[in-house]
Amino acid sequence: MAKWVGQPLKRVEDPRLLTGRGVFVADLPLKDPYAAAILRSPHAHARIRSIDASAALAARGVAGVITGADALAHTQPFAVGVQAPVKYYCLATDKARFVGEPVAVVIARDRYLAEDALELIQVEYEPLPAVVDPEDALKPGAPILHEAAGSNQACHREIVYGDVEGAFAAAAVVIRERFRFPKYSSTPIETYGVVAAYDAASGVLTITSNFMGPFILHALVARALGLAENRLRFVVPPEIGGSFGIKTSIFPYLAVMGLAAMRTGVTVRWIEDRREHLLASSSGVDRVAYRELAARDDGTILAMRTRWYDNVGGYVRSPEPGCTFRPVGNWVGPYRFANLAADAHVVLTNKSLTGPNRGYACGHLYFEIERMVDLLAQRLGMDPAEVRRRNFIQPGQFPYRTPSGGLYDSGDYPAAFERALEAAGYDKLLEEQKRARAAGRLYGVGLAVAVDPSVSNMGYITIALDPAVRARPEYLPKSGAIESATVKIDPLGKVTAILGTAPQGQGHQTIVAQIIADELGLAPGDITVVDEMDTFTRVWGISSGTYSSRFGSVGTSAAALAARKLKDKLVRLACALTEAPAESLVFADGRVMPRGGGSRGLTLKELAGRAHWNTQALPPGMEPALEATAVFGFPLADSPDAQDRVNSSNTYGFIAEVMAVEVDPETAEIKILRYVTVHDAGVIINPLIAEGQIAGGALHGLGGALWEELAYDSEGQFLSGSFIDYLVPSASQAPVIEVEHLATPSPFTTLGAKGLGEASSMTAPAAVANAVSDALAPLGIAITELPITPSRLWHLLDAARRRPR
Amino acid sequence: MAEPRKIRMTVNGQAREGWAEPRRLLADFLREDLGLTGTHIGCEHGICGACTVLLNGEAARSCLMLAVQADGAELMTIEGLARGGVLHPLQEAFWEHHGLQCGFCTPGMLMAAYDFLRVNPDPTEEEIREALSAVLCRCTGYQGIVRAVKAAADRMRSAP
Repeated sequence: MAKWVGQPLKRVEDPRLLTGRGVFVADLPLKDPYAAAILRSPHAHARIRSIDASAALAARGVAGVITGADALAHTQPFAVGVQAPVKYYCLATDKARFVGEPVAVVIARDRYLAEDALELIQVEYEPLPAVVDPEDALKPGAPILHEAAGSNQACHREIVYGDVEGAFAAAAVVIRERFRFPKYSSTPIETYGVVAAYDAASGVLTITSNFMGPFILHALVARALGLAENRLRFVVPPEIGGSFGIKTSIFPYLAVMGLAAMRTGVTVRWIEDRREHLLASSSGVDRVAYRELAARDDGTILAMRTRWYDNVGGYVRSPEPGCTFRPVGNWVGPYRFANLAADAHVVLTNKSLTGPNRGYACGHLYFEIERMVDLLAQRLGMDPAEVRRRNFIQPGQFPYRTPSGGLYDSGDYPAAFERALEAAGYDKLLEEQKRARAAGRLYGVGLAVAVDPSVSNMGYITIALDPAVRARPEYLPKSGAIESATVKIDPLGKVTAILGTAPQGQGHQTIVAQIIADELGLAPGDITVVDEMDTFTRVWGISSGTYSSRFGSVGTSAAALAARKLKDKLVRLACALTEAPAESLVFADGRVMPRGGGSRGLTLKELAGRAHWNTQALPPGMEPALEATAVFGFPLADSPDAQDRVNSSNTYGFIAEVMAVEVDPETAEIKILRYVTVHDAGVIINPLIAEGQIAGGALHGLGGALWEELAYDSEGQFLSGSFIDYLVPSASQAPVIEVEHLATPSPFTTLGAKGLGEASSMTAPAAVANAVSDALAPLGIAITELPITPSRLWHLLDAARRRPR
Repeated sequence: MAEPRKIRMTVNGQAREGWAEPRRLLADFLREDLGLTGTHIGCEHGICGACTVLLNGEAARSCLMLAVQADGAELMTIEGLARGGVLHPLQEAFWEHHGLQCGFCTPGMLMAAYDFLRVNPDPTEEEIREALSAVLCRCTGYQGIVRAVKAAADRMRSAP
């Protein structure tokens, strides 16, 4: 019975953060630390002829300089998730392949001295022609980044589900469109930070950083450094200052700072600065997409075809090409159509590297799908809401197997969609639009819906490989997704829960305290939750970490299961002590007592005292210690089959959004008048935290759709190296986001909860693009490229006005 | 490179001193020399506002100032906002209204809000949004922050 789950509890994390006492990686007290500074390539593409670091080595306070020669001599390239021979070392070795690529590292007494010494390093570059557009990069004669690969195509998969040809041949309507999705990053306000210390006596390299998982990357770093995994310790400090997927991609820096610590013997601390972060940390891919849709004339979608050019930058950095394949199981979104073809090109260009960024490929996906649905509605002269209604997967169809192998666990898409229309007053908005248009105003209403996947199945990424490769006997199949939790009760009856997660503001301590309080009949304040990840002491697996909206489903499941395991033990103990039958015992108010009263039972403190102090009197066969560890793994996360079908995530929520906008015809400013979002993330543990996740995700999506772009010129020079050029939305630009929930509990998680951390980041671009397109429909403008910056939109408006009518 | 200079300042009501080269940023001096790591550094070019402190009573970016420029000044940092273990109404309101997630921008946000409410104790939502655009937050979408500042303003006005 839930007393605490579902309550908008204030977070236990907050008092320390509100008073400046949080401990982030840059705040860690260190014994005799040295600072690292990184020399980066000023060229988009250049051969490195030579590096002369002698003057830097002689400079004041310098303990060492690490270059590509050290990387070649002492490290291996990182494993990459594609067949193309792309060698990716932690420092540039032969060539620099993007502006900002690390070329050398100086280790000095402090950061000021390290930066002084950087200026003394002489690098002789031979600049080479560069290419930044993913379509250009595949044309004959394009500069080749990795000569051994022979082309810039890192991976190419053509996958067909169902009878796509037949569906297009039978269609009454075919829509074709080309889309561009920009390269943007959620830019956490805390940048990357690494502390590396090598203990030569034990041979252990300890790396403390704001890395967030997945912890498969621990193995990649260990292999790159030639260390056994049990000699490489990853530690995550109590706080991470935001990540949104971006801090997954810190791992090459863990290797390079680890190398520096091992080579110099000193404790190395590197705190990335903002320019470095914008230049060379990570982002989602920029994508060019050609999409086709086949439909009946009643609006029923029969099939879609898509051709993607996904730009991963200069190297393929794990977990790429997840940018392309992460949503494979939900490639059809919330719709019933059974025929789908994807022609996916993963392309190398002279841009910075990519990786998970909130929504990981779903913002791209739903921008395309939802724009296509609106274009279909426009072609048929139908209400876009009605077209969606006609295509939704129906509530009776769950669990629903998609053509690409996804297994949608639960949902009621029509109900959630109608709830959004109702909350927004959709009909009234359309009336308002009529009045506005009659007055010559540019007023639009946009809809967007999405299936929100969470907890990636580790097997999805192998869709990047041809099924013939996956069928080879030496191939190691990949599957699953796990999380662990340990719950223990001390001799005075208080509870400690230990997680294997790396939260970045998601409030795991609060959530787990709520869950365990319910399971054990305690108050959240009785429970201390420890979430500082440490690979030497936590129970973890390769999928561990706080990414792909995992915690809401897999993390909460592990915590509840661990508490239940411990509870079983307490029940046995209480039965032995009170002679009450097990099924009569209830846990409430810190006691274990028979249902219906009659006896005061035992307090948890009394039980714990007996269990810890009198182990000889434990029931026969009971293992001593009041402690339980549970590892929750999803049972339906198999590796891909021979037809490339895979349940790529483990729970699937639903999002329905309505947005009303007005465009200023003079300034091209887009004003968001209403933004309603309805989420089905199953059981909500803490509505306060859930709303915070949704509002934050929505603004990330809007940022990428309206303002943010990591821009390059045609020569590969980087144009947005500060927050003056890279426009992060501020409070004055953020709209009010109206959030509602509908809950269809997941049958696959312990508490029925699903993830929602990425949430509206994946729908906001589609919603705003549809709303702006609707506003500009009288001018014949349809949005197909993001971000819709004022200057870009002004040019569209200007061109439309010049067009003869 | 010039020689370090002795710097004296009052921080959160306490006299503090240290040595710093003229090029040393005030933010680095506070964090590394005085151990006040509550002030965070997010961009080092004056846009994100995470490093906001009060300098002689007014909000200032500690990443855009040198420590030597603050010699003799009176500073307040996030560590000085709660008094005697009692949270400031702004801190209470941020807690109540989920005005923070990762907490990295929070010190700057609180210091900027503190300065803003001093100047405008009864702001509209629009004024709050305008004022807080001096500090970037990536987690919250600003929704909880705006509510918190409004609630704190109401409470501070009604407090005796």
